[in-house]
Amino acid sequence: MTVAAIEPGKRFVRTRHVARKERQQSVAKWIFFSMTVAMIIPLVAIVAYLLWKAAPSLNWQFLVDVPKRGMREGGIWPAFTGTLYLVVISLAVSAPIGVLAAIYLNEYAKDNWLNRLINLAVINLAGVPSIVHALFGLGAFVYAAKLGYSILSASLTLAIMTLPVIIASTREALASVPMSFREACWNVGATRWQTIRSIVLPNSISGILTGVILQVSRAAGETAPIMFTGAVFFKAVEKGKLFSYGLDDQCMALSMHLYTVSTQVPNVKESIPFATAVVLLGTVLLVNVSAIGLRVWLRNRKKW
Amino acid sequence: MSEMHHIAISTRALDLWYGSFQALRNINVSIKDGIITSLIGPSGCGKTTLLRCFNRVNERYGNVRTSGTIELLGKNIYDPDISLIELRKSVGMVFQRPNPLPISVYENVVFGLRIHATDGKPHRDELDAAVEKSLTEVGLWKDLKDRLHDRAVGLQLEQQQKLCIARLLPLKPEIILMDEPCSALDVEGTRGIEELMFALKGRYTIVIVTHNMAQARRASDECIFMLLGELIEHTRTGDLFLNPKNPKTAEYIEGRYG
Repeated sequence: MTVAAIEPGKRFVRTRHVARKERQQSVAKWIFFSMTVAMIIPLVAIVAYLLWKAAPSLNWQFLVDVPKRGMREGGIWPAFTGTLYLVVISLAVSAPIGVLAAIYLNEYAKDNWLNRLINLAVINLAGVPSIVHALFGLGAFVYAAKLGYSILSASLTLAIMTLPVIIASTREALASVPMSFREACWNVGATRWQTIRSIVLPNSISGILTGVILQVSRAAGETAPIMFTGAVFFKAVEKGKLFSYGLDDQCMALSMHLYTVSTQVPNVKESIPFATAVVLLGTVLLVNVSAIGLRVWLRNRKKW
Repeated sequence: MSEMHHIAISTRALDLWYGSFQALRNINVSIKDGIITSLIGPSGCGKTTLLRCFNRVNERYGNVRTSGTIELLGKNIYDPDISLIELRKSVGMVFQRPNPLPISVYENVVFGLRIHATDGKPHRDELDAAVEKSLTEVGLWKDLKDRLHDRAVGLQLEQQQKLCIARLLPLKPEIILMDEPCSALDVEGTRGIEELMFALKGRYTIVIVTHNMAQARRASDECIFMLLGELIEHTRTGDLFLNPKNPKTAEYIEGRYG
């Protein structure tokens, strides 16, 4: 019999074939590990390099001061507030539209060809390059709607750009709420709206907010859309004043300012563009960290 | 069983399609009031689909088309003046996986009262009374009266399933539909739910879908056997298991296929 045919001492030992598989496994592990390291190194290097180069200019004065001597000295206050304006206004427009549309698409819309088409359009729109949005914004808001080169035009362009991503991330958050919760509601006679308000939204709000807040970094970082529609090289505002722009004003923005001081102005103090980048990075980081904090807080309140 | 049973649910020439797939074929059935009727048959035979027809919740699951009539307590539920909200309030459903809502035990029980409140917020005393009454009815009050504000999803499965039944009761349903309510439970849990079904019988008409033939035999008064979307046999449970009229029924209960 086969059982008796193998000597007990030879059972379960490592054969050449097994040894090869084990070698392959350890090679695979090292490849994945080294790729992880390769991903972390540039990340750390970028941040460290930025901070090192920016150090001479990094101080409170740099943030709240206005640019001086043709942007060769001074601070970045108008660009900083400009970016805040653009981000806040664009998300104030895109977040409600995006979230409510996603609720409709996920909770109400039937699965038919029209909705599949809308879905496809949303996904593709999310992949449209920002320069295309920029051109659309120029045509639609600056010229057709006669809003001119203004904060409003630029914000609306950014809103159009972030909208599809907000729809997609909100739908994902809604879809992660188990179907069984909805069934439970329907079967005691809850309307769809009651189901959404009492169960679906409370259990997906953290995901929805995360998706929205992550768009802050995109809105803050994009240059092309605002360059075409409302951001300018220089705009004089009062130093340290938060509400320094009107909606129909043109504005400065951090991303645009970074481009200007690094490429368009000769003899800029070296640390200025780097410090601008650090402020942009810091702003985005601050928003993302607060998003994570919010998510953790909301998740701890989640009850399943 | 008395001969005076009224008919709780009756269907005439009921056909149902999911897209182009016909899931129910010419179902004519009369389910008696106040008893437990079980629906058995192999997977995909349409028993859950038929169950979901009785409160029209099927229509929430996408591309569903029906023809024929379903009368509940004498009223055709496809009449134009039917409110699905009122219908589902009177015809509650219990699911395979217990699905308490991710809120407290207390809030689960009063959920229905809150969403159906007609003017303003329901009074606290009223809600408290409903919670005690419903939880007592399903036998959870003693265990849970000090844990009413605990999360419902943290309960044992059997308690969760009883809570799901208790959640229906404040709405004073007339019919309770159960879709394999014990398949996620162990032997003790199954016994608990079955005993609860016996306790509720009479006050409520219970229709239960089950995969477990032994359960259908133990726990139902009448039994419906379905196969490939058709109703094969509907009779008293004892008769169906001892003297099946249709050879297909006989083969199924003998375990020749399933």
